[in-house]
Amino acid sequence: MNSLTDITPFLAADILHVSIAATVKIVAFVFMTILPMVALSVWAERRVSAAIQDRVGPNRVGPFGLLQPVADGIKFLLKEDFTPNHVRKGYYWLAPALTMVPALLTCAVLPFGSKLFGEKMVIADLNVGPLFVFAIASLTVYGIVLAGWSSNSKYPFLGGVRATSQMISYEICLGLSIIPVIMIYGELNLGSIVQYQAENGWAILPLWGEGLSVKGFLLWIPIIISFIIFTTSMFAETNRLPFDLPECETELVAGYHTEYSSMKFALFFLGEYAAMIIGSGLAVTLFLGGWSLPFGWLTPESAAADVPWWHGVIHILTFFAKVIGFILFFIVIRWTLPRFRYDQLMRLGWVFFFEIALINVILTAVILWIA
Amino acid sequence: MPFFFYFFSALALIGGIGVVVYRNPVTAAFSMIVSFLGLAALFILLNAYLVGILQILVYAGAIMVLFLFIIMLLDVREETGKSFPFTAIAGAGTIGVGFIALLIVVLTKSDIGAISAPVLAVGDAATSDVHQIGIKLFSEYWFPIQIVGILLLVATVGVVVLSKKELK
Repeated sequence: MNSLTDITPFLAADILHVSIAATVKIVAFVFMTILPMVALSVWAERRVSAAIQDRVGPNRVGPFGLLQPVADGIKFLLKEDFTPNHVRKGYYWLAPALTMVPALLTCAVLPFGSKLFGEKMVIADLNVGPLFVFAIASLTVYGIVLAGWSSNSKYPFLGGVRATSQMISYEICLGLSIIPVIMIYGELNLGSIVQYQAENGWAILPLWGEGLSVKGFLLWIPIIISFIIFTTSMFAETNRLPFDLPECETELVAGYHTEYSSMKFALFFLGEYAAMIIGSGLAVTLFLGGWSLPFGWLTPESAAADVPWWHGVIHILTFFAKVIGFILFFIVIRWTLPRFRYDQLMRLGWVFFFEIALINVILTAVILWIA
Repeated sequence: MPFFFYFFSALALIGGIGVVVYRNPVTAAFSMIVSFLGLAALFILLNAYLVGILQILVYAGAIMVLFLFIIMLLDVREETGKSFPFTAIAGAGTIGVGFIALLIVVLTKSDIGAISAPVLAVGDAATSDVHQIGIKLFSEYWFPIQIVGILLLVATVGVVVLSKKELK
């Protein structure tokens, strides 16, 4: 007991420091960066779609229409929050929250920078990063299932059923597709994965460090396959076009959120965009080198090494620049490709991606074993 | 952190009770998910991150989704009104009381304080629990792993055969 009382003051100070740092990081990253990014990506979606369709898009509210999301938000909050009589009330209220919350929870393990003032720029430095993201993201499906079921009418129900089977199918492809990458890194900590890529070349751009070798170029093949499967499955997971069958307007009105109005509808909308941003963040972390600059510029000597504050700031900006680029890619794809048919979607997932991802794992293992 | 331990244990227990008490199958399934989340948190409190995360990923995220899916598709209504037969309650009660009695006897007879927490230490102790479990599974327990893999494969093939038969 004596030894315990000896270390208690240190522990208390430590816990205080850790909890203050975590709170600051949560507020700065999740509430002051991800949430505004959700709003801005809705604006970007409308502007980019307008540009693609040769229209002007929202440009009246504020400079370049940048304050449009604020106007939209006020509109959503002030509209009548109508609850139809035929719904199952408890679950009807729970569903929007269940889509939004897991999407934001997954932010916790994304390393959004190297270090700033000696503090690691990640909220929870877990050793099971990608698994954590998949575990929490797999809970998103409950929101959609419950929305479809509790609405107690046929179109939402069909949308919910479609969403569930689609998300379950593509979760498998998503999980399998990153196994080769993780085999190459031999590491499940996202921070160490980024550090490895900073030193030895990004996964899809192995042009410096150890990536510049025969082994590096051989491993490039499975990584490119992984990247394609991962990105495509990410589109399906977030229910974005060309895989937005759960809310396909021509068949299902608006799918699982047909019966929702006002802020509850907005929460589904925001949850979808938040999932898209986190998905982009994970793709950037696993394949595009996270916060690291290309060619080993400004790379910290090791994961534990301290970096000057301006390096830290540049790393954070690099991460967000890459994420924004990925989001724009998401948006351009949405307004370029037509929607798949439902059987095509399922065939793509189960017959092509599932098998290719499995073979890819074995291919990576063989290359790692030979080289 | 005893606070978190009691909080998540309570969550797991409340979820468990909910599974039995609620008549609505969807609510019962949801209570089970809550119970799984509580259990996962308990694993994480024991520093078993991999086990905790797998608990969420496999049970809460995959198996329960299928449960819920099937409950909704079949639209189970008959269960809602039915009362339990007396023999079922008596049987379940006997098993429950017997189990609790067994636990009390075991826990009071053993010296809990003297038992140290099990530590997984394979190879380099500094590596994460994921590495250690992996090394253990693929060195010492490689044979059972292969057997489980074959078992799963057989089950998968069986499911395909059974579901194809109905189509003919």
